[in-house]
Amino acid sequence: MDVVLKADDLSGGYLLVQKGSSEKNEVYVDAVSDVSLQLERNEIFGIAGESGCGKSTLLKMIYGLLEPPLILRGGSVTFITVDGEIPITSLSENDLRRRVWWKKISYIPQSSMNVLNPTVRIRDHFIEMFTFHARMTKNEAYAEARKYIDQMGLPRDVLSAFPHQLSGGMRQRVVIALSLLLNPNIVLADEPTSALDVISQKVVLTMLEEAQKELKNTLVIVSHDLGIHGVMTHRMGIMYAGKIVEIGKTEEIFEDPLHPYSEALIRSLPKLGDKKQRTGLGGHPPDLKKPPSGCRFHPRCPYAMPICSRTPPKMKMIKPGRYVACWKNSMEE
Amino acid sequence: MSEENLLQVEDVSKIYGYGFLGRVKFPAVDHVTLSMENKPKIFTIAGESGCGKTTLARMMLGMVKPTAGTILYRGKNVHNLKSKDRTWFLREVQAIFQDPFDTFNPLKRVDTYLYETASNLLKLKNDEEIRGKIEEALRFTGLSLEEITGKYPNEFSGGQIQRVSIARALLPKPRLIVADEPVSMVDASIRINILNMFKALLTKTGTSFIYITHDLATAYYISDEIAIMYRGMIVEIGPAEKVLLKRHHPYTQALVKSLPEPGKKEEWKTRVNAPGMEIKEFLSPGCKYADICPHKTERCVKEKPPLFEIGDVKVACWLYE
Ligand SMILES: Nc1ncnc2c1ncn2[C@@H]1O[C@H](COP(=O)(O)OP(=O)(O)O)[C@@H](O)[C@H]1O
Ligand SMILES: Nc1ncnc2c1ncn2[C@@H]1O[C@H](COP(=O)(O)OP(=O)(O)O)[C@@H](O)[C@H]1O
Ligand SMILES: [Mg+2]
Ligand SMILES: [Mg+2]
Repeated sequence: MDVVLKADDLSGGYLLVQKGSSEKNEVYVDAVSDVSLQLERNEIFGIAGESGCGKSTLLKMIYGLLEPPLILRGGSVTFITVDGEIPITSLSENDLRRRVWWKKISYIPQSSMNVLNPTVRIRDHFIEMFTFHARMTKNEAYAEARKYIDQMGLPRDVLSAFPHQLSGGMRQRVVIALSLLLNPNIVLADEPTSALDVISQKVVLTMLEEAQKELKNTLVIVSHDLGIHGVMTHRMGIMYAGKIVEIGKTEEIFEDPLHPYSEALIRSLPKLGDKKQRTGLGGHPPDLKKPPSGCRFHPRCPYAMPICSRTPPKMKMIKPGRYVACWKNSMEE
Repeated sequence: MSEENLLQVEDVSKIYGYGFLGRVKFPAVDHVTLSMENKPKIFTIAGESGCGKTTLARMMLGMVKPTAGTILYRGKNVHNLKSKDRTWFLREVQAIFQDPFDTFNPLKRVDTYLYETASNLLKLKNDEEIRGKIEEALRFTGLSLEEITGKYPNEFSGGQIQRVSIARALLPKPRLIVADEPVSMVDASIRINILNMFKALLTKTGTSFIYITHDLATAYYISDEIAIMYRGMIVEIGPAEKVLLKRHHPYTQALVKSLPEPGKKEEWKTRVNAPGMEIKEFLSPGCKYADICPHKTERCVKEKPPLFEIGDVKVACWLYE
């Protein structure tokens, strides 16, 4: 396995100060709990799971974007380059900005409007990137931006537009173009198409996929939509309540989900052309301010055993490349 | 005849103003005709955002007045109801919206709201009776009065509050529920429970549904009939099975091809064109899909295709003349 980034026992969440009546009250949202995972070179890795399970938080932590109230509680993220290892979790924001962000790892946040300054023309977003990171003059940068826009298959007139003048799909393609500009090793995309219709979604995802194929880098896609993982990702991790519960090849997980939560998610998916009765899950995901004891899925799990509410199951390799954190899977064999 | 139909939408259009000053007028809903028999059925209106689904739904609910055309509910014009009929209509037809938090007043306890709705809509005075009706409705959605009592909307998860809003809609035992994207903000594992609930209501209480969605997979799962809309017009309408599996209209084809589904990697990879400019397409005198249609001819740009019949499916495309 050719690993480009690894997270080891990564934990983090939001430390909130609640204004109580008298004493100061600290509340911790346990959004990412003991997550270990490895990203390979030249792959599309998916992070799946329902809203609020910690996908965006995990992605931010991998990027090293620790803005308050988000804090790192433990564990580490290491970026592995040909010249050695870069410990993301111990770099200052300044160092990350200089050495890692955009150049080595780029990040597309959940809302593209968070990347594009609404008062700045698209053209100037590109020019700024070139002048800051590639030390070009403004004129050189502009010429380069025009060439680049053509290459990415975007119409040239987007350059003179302001972000709000573009359709959601076009804006997202611009953000993707920006994120790929400096040829990063890793691209982290958080729900890159959740605001888009299926057809625009496909156009945007195809752009990401083609770029990955060409650059042979690592693309991480966070999406709550399992369908997207089904058509895009090579491997995926499924998250539930701050934990990764299963990791494996996407096709294998869909064919034979091992964790009861993965199973429930996949079983609940309606498919065009298949009228078979589907069943969902009872209950609802826990409040991460007070996650359940033991396995966090146990209150909703149809297979729960006494141990499940007592001790959290560890991630276990079931077969090469396939990891599951579940007592049921650990007992069998 | 129309009186036998549960719902009859006849050549309905809604013109809106576009942009900042709204000087450019465009048809958000453009000559739509459809009907629902008076039998328990789920009729789906599907299409991408901005195609006019919500506008059409609001017209059906009597909340937005059509610019042209009429909507009859069991023979009565929903935009011209006398006071007695109005009360009757408000009980017979209920709505469920995409964002369940819109249904509730954030400052009012959810159970209080249900009590008020029950006593207003059902004209009940007796507390015991009201409580009984509320419990019955909640039970159907898998909730209990106990669970929701004393809580404000923000104390519920999205899936839970949508179930409460469904319970609210069930209170007057409606004959028709218009559900506008009821599950698009709900998590996948819970989404299917709500859809199953609709199916159960259909068989147990005979309630019909207008299910509005942008998601063809859920549409296939629950609908009997479906209309696919693009830029205000119906491009294809008929039995859901045939519309979604035979796919006559090039737009229906593009939609289905773009649907990401596990195991359909290869099919999904085939190229489709990105949608064109919204206002330009809305104002086109011809087929509104022509701009990006792979089968476009000169005629498509100039002349709007009528609905051509292919068996029991109708398709608005010159390919099927
Ligand atoms: N800025 C924040 N402050 C406090 N809690 C937050 C913040 N952002 C997210 N959370 C909480 O952290 C948990 C994980 O959220 P998130 O990572 O956004 O999940 P996902 O991306 O899977 O929907 C949720 O319980 C969410 O409410
Ligand atoms: N009150 C309104 N005034 C002006 N334009 C409107 C209004 N409501 C909707 N529209 C426009 O009408 C079109 C159809 O909108 P809508 O019915 O909400 O579509 P959908 O529900 O399919 O997304 C869109 O272009 C929308 O911007
Ligand atoms: Mg998120
Ligand atoms: Mg709508």
